[in-house]
Amino acid sequence: MNEELKIIWRRFFDWVMGNGPRPENEVIPPEAPPDLPFTRKPKDKYSRFHEPTLRERYNNWLELHGLHIFAILYSAMSILVCVVIVSLLLVTVAELPPFGHERNPANNEVIRRYVEHGGFETGAQNIVAGLILDYRAFDTFGESAVLFTAAVSVLMLLSASRSKNNLSGGGGKRFHSFSHDDAILRNVASLSIPIILMLGCTVVINGHLSPGGGFSGGAILSAALILCANAYGFDHVHSFLNERTFIFSSSTALMIYAMSKGYSFYTGANQIHSIIPKGTIGNILSGGLILPLNICVGLIVACTLYGFYALFSEGEI
Amino acid sequence: MIDTFAFNIPFASIFIMMISAILTPILPKKNRFPEKFSCYAIGTVAILSAYLLYSLSNSGQSLSFNFAMGHFPAPWGNELRAGPLEAVLSLVFCVAMLLSLTGNFDSTAEDIPTNRRQIFCVLVNLLMASLLALTYTNDLFTAYVFIEINTIAACAIVAVKESPETARAALRYLIMSLVGSGLVMISICLLYGLTGHLLMQNMHGAIQVLVTTKNYLLPLTVSLALITVGLAIKSALYPFAFWLPDAHGSSTNSSSAILSGLVLKGHIFILIKVFYRVFGLDVIHLLKMDTVIFILGVSAMVMGSVHAMKQNNIKKMIAWSSVAQVGYIFLGVGLNTVAGVAAACLHIIIHACVKPMLFTAAGGLSSVAGHKKGLHELMGTFYINRWAGMGLITGACSMMGIPAFAGFASKLSLTLSSFESRFMFWALAALATSSVLNALYYVPAVIVVLTHNKKTVSSSMGEYQPSKLYKFSMFVFLILNFYLGLFCVPLLRLITRGVNVL
Repeated sequence: MNEELKIIWRRFFDWVMGNGPRPENEVIPPEAPPDLPFTRKPKDKYSRFHEPTLRERYNNWLELHGLHIFAILYSAMSILVCVVIVSLLLVTVAELPPFGHERNPANNEVIRRYVEHGGFETGAQNIVAGLILDYRAFDTFGESAVLFTAAVSVLMLLSASRSKNNLSGGGGKRFHSFSHDDAILRNVASLSIPIILMLGCTVVINGHLSPGGGFSGGAILSAALILCANAYGFDHVHSFLNERTFIFSSSTALMIYAMSKGYSFYTGANQIHSIIPKGTIGNILSGGLILPLNICVGLIVACTLYGFYALFSEGEI
Repeated sequence: MIDTFAFNIPFASIFIMMISAILTPILPKKNRFPEKFSCYAIGTVAILSAYLLYSLSNSGQSLSFNFAMGHFPAPWGNELRAGPLEAVLSLVFCVAMLLSLTGNFDSTAEDIPTNRRQIFCVLVNLLMASLLALTYTNDLFTAYVFIEINTIAACAIVAVKESPETARAALRYLIMSLVGSGLVMISICLLYGLTGHLLMQNMHGAIQVLVTTKNYLLPLTVSLALITVGLAIKSALYPFAFWLPDAHGSSTNSSSAILSGLVLKGHIFILIKVFYRVFGLDVIHLLKMDTVIFILGVSAMVMGSVHAMKQNNIKKMIAWSSVAQVGYIFLGVGLNTVAGVAAACLHIIIHACVKPMLFTAAGGLSSVAGHKKGLHELMGTFYINRWAGMGLITGACSMMGIPAFAGFASKLSLTLSSFESRFMFWALAALATSSVLNALYYVPAVIVVLTHNKKTVSSSMGEYQPSKLYKFSMFVFLILNFYLGLFCVPLLRLITRGVNVL
């Protein structure tokens, strides 16, 4: 008994001093079971009788269960954070001014001027178009630039890896090939693509007269391009829209936007008379710069959305 | 009054950068023309900003002016606003951006293939345009739009260097940054619902009314918290800063310099604008956001340095040091006085000049040591690339706050401004601790670089000669450093005037 206590004390002492287990200090107690498979005394830490230290045990445990525990903790924390944020936001939303009430803070002189004088001041029948492309055209310029930035970044990141793939494994490998004999898809596409294109152009060009405009019309145009690519293969679209034309058309559209709106901003801020006519409300040629700006935005949106689709599915435009 | 030319500069500088970004993808790729073109554009904007600063500081009483973007006055149309602070910041941003690009002109060519370099220039231009717009904007929604451009372009210039590590870092950065954008967006929506305005001074008026009548205080607090956290994530305040070391440490040198020196600062400046121009200092104090910012700033100052001490990779060490320096800026903002915010703005400027220099120097040293970034592998590199070595030593002294170096000026003004605050003890303790901690990791790096290593020195002595552009950029960086360290008082006075009219 005394011997065992001594051994335990020595172990504790070694552990405190950081010496690690020293088996030579540990006399095997006489009560040790005689049916040990090997009588060899433990010599080093790799021997099978080596008793792992607390730190080693912790490390082993971590190696075995760490990822699992981390996953549990991670999901628990995410759920907790989500619940807290969601409840906080719900409480906040409940406290907000009621939706659509006439005495809301948002019903102020800003909105009144947009609604009452919007048509007269911008020349656009669609007040929203007048708002985003004339009153707050700088924000819309920023939004178009966001699309341009995103398209250019994706083009850079994905097209370079494509060139690497080409070097390593056979030129122009497609990630998935299209069956070119899908008659139903082709026939339906040949019927619907012109209609979709017409609809897109109408939405873009009538942006200042009716609901719609560059962003929605551009999305419809890109749908037609994506359908075309799926029905006839990407090579078909390449014949009129490749990487060069993609960059060229987005840059040109954004450049026209920047130049025309820059002129408008300059004349507005310096109170110089602008030469841009407003036209009569309701005519197709009215609304000052809104019509050309809608066309530019539509072009950028169509190019960007189709570009995303092509880059992510094909790795190239 | 200022003249018409200076009046148009805020608008012109944003549009010059935008048009340069739009033109760059259709320029010829030969002879690194896109990069030179971007450098010229940024240089032009720097000269314009300097002129704006000159005419604003000579304009007498009316120190700031508004620029209506279009034919409609402010609450209906967009508006830009320029004062001395905005002019100084845009000048510093342009100069730091230009020097980060020219200083790393060679290492950019080594890290990025030609076809990507052109788009890298587009992104740098867009980043510069968004920084200028963030600096000048007077409209919260415009700020959000340009925050978006900034986010995408910043993530893309991390990912531009093709390696698994940068891809991982860029993805992480993108996710964190988008969380930040989302929070900012929600907050702007809430604020619009509460005030009915997006223009900063009109929002300010409406918020003052709400606070005095004690209406909608909970949504107001939540929106303030959301916008603060959102912008804090983007500007890497400590508990939200774990994306930063990977993103800044693994990208190419010019990206690291731009991200650390400028991108963080754009978001901090927007936060200062939100505090000053949208909410007002008394409302911030009432909603206790200044205390939160102060505590987070102090924790960033200490923890950023603690993490930096553990690093062996020199770029990651400098990146963690950025976290600590962002903590200094937030400490100044959290003091919630004019002097504190002025000191924070001074630190923004000084850090924007010093951190790109450190990254450029680290890049120069590691390219001498065969593109190894471990601290022990840089032994004796000072004797091979002396310009980079000088840059590292000066930057380190500046970050530690040795007198006559730039960092000393901002630390001194932070200390002085903390005397009039109720957090005086904690601010002084944090400044002292953080300075010692800074020394604990910058001094070993300097010693390693200065230790004479016969093997390295004899093998490549005389073979390596930094390019003229590198020497020139480093020279300008050093001059700026000493200038800011020795003659910062006029600059601080200008900033204080700018903060007063903010």
